[in-house]
Amino acid sequence: MQAQDDHESVYAGLLVNDDHWAFGTDFEDPLAGVDTTVPAGVDPAVLARYCLALGDDALVFSHRLSQWCSNAPDLEEDIALANTALDLLGQARLLLARAAAADPALVPALPEGSPVPPEDALAFFRDDRDFANVRLAEVPNGDFAEVVVRLLLFSTWRLALFEQLAGSRDAVLAAVAAKGRKELAYHREYAARWFLTLAQGTDESRRRLLAALDGLWPLWPELFSTHPVEAAAAEAGVGVDPAAVAGAVDAVVEQVFTASGVTRPERGALAGVRGRFGRDGAHTEALSRMLAEMQVVARAHPKGLW
Amino acid sequence: MTASTLERARAAAGSVVDPELPMLTLVDLGVLRAVEVAADGTVEVAITPTYSGCPAMAAMRDDLVRELRGAGFERVRVRVALDPAWTTDWITPRGRAALAAAGISPPGPAPRSAGPVALTLLPARRSVRCPRCDSADVALTSEFGSTACKALYRCLACLEPFDHVKEI
Repeated sequence: MQAQDDHESVYAGLLVNDDHWAFGTDFEDPLAGVDTTVPAGVDPAVLARYCLALGDDALVFSHRLSQWCSNAPDLEEDIALANTALDLLGQARLLLARAAAADPALVPALPEGSPVPPEDALAFFRDDRDFANVRLAEVPNGDFAEVVVRLLLFSTWRLALFEQLAGSRDAVLAAVAAKGRKELAYHREYAARWFLTLAQGTDESRRRLLAALDGLWPLWPELFSTHPVEAAAAEAGVGVDPAAVAGAVDAVVEQVFTASGVTRPERGALAGVRGRFGRDGAHTEALSRMLAEMQVVARAHPKGLW
Repeated sequence: MTASTLERARAAAGSVVDPELPMLTLVDLGVLRAVEVAADGTVEVAITPTYSGCPAMAAMRDDLVRELRGAGFERVRVRVALDPAWTTDWITPRGRAALAAAGISPPGPAPRSAGPVALTLLPARRSVRCPRCDSADVALTSEFGSTACKALYRCLACLEPFDHVKEI
């Protein structure tokens, strides 16, 4: 058959990029042509580790959100959560690619000839102890109230970080943050409105919301404890010390709680493991189970071929 | 390189449509940021993602390469322009008209992006009209629609659902 016009055949173009790629959808570099030179005076390893932490937060929570696909209370919420997961996956991809460009030594070694791009190598070929995400991102999904509360806490915190990061001395990180903040503003509004709706809905919706808030609250303080990499990145002018946004984040959370008639839980922080937390690679058991499922296909085909 | 070479490259790149909004060219959408032809004849095209996770970027790149090769340019390079971030304000008047003609409500002015974003607990207030019957009596169904860039509305006059390209 001769295709007269590429746009008239539904099959035309389908095979442009096909190399029997076993996972992922394409090879394109998310930072193609972008100047990834590390700014003068900045330790590339610090910038890379900082980007990796922010990327891991997005990657892990994106995966949790994507697990909601086909399980939400109705189609609109299903689509909303899937869209949110996609935004965060995009942020993760850019941030992991930026981390890899700043410090290629971070990227796990793969067999000779593997076409797996660096950001995929970071996502699929690291063990849980090498993930630097906060534990709030990784805990298993609960009911719809749980994802609403978790998304409110996560997006409020991340939006405050990205607002500051848009002024990063690293032009790539600044651009990723300037873009991401627009997305996060939508995520936060979505979660905040559902928080209010559930709080003022039925007795059952309020009960579930309060239970979810109570369950997640011990994971909240970890988001504002400064890891040495964050301190060094902030010092170098490329990152943000999360402790510095605690006040702004608290004001937004308080706004939602007040409008919803909810008082903040009185629960202490979830302990770390010998003083180590998610940023240090000390995770809950849930992360290894999640990664096992997320990474199994990629690890079975490290050369990316069926 | 002659001026007409650049014109030919621009025309080829400018004919590529968005894979998810095929009534818009990448120029209409504001995604095509630059077309340049180097001395050695390499065409370099810059595109910017609408959203961080926009899955259409790879298809756009492939379509650009195919159109430009078809126009006789052997060497084509597509680079990503992350800064400044894409905004719906870049959708051209022609693009807005094309969206409306296809039953998709075009975006209003994008929110100001400097300074912290205030949280509003009420649904976003936009002056949206039904693209089918032009009624202003519409209701937001969800801020998230069939693609990352659209919200879902319904018209309370003609009762049809419709997409609205949301302001970012």
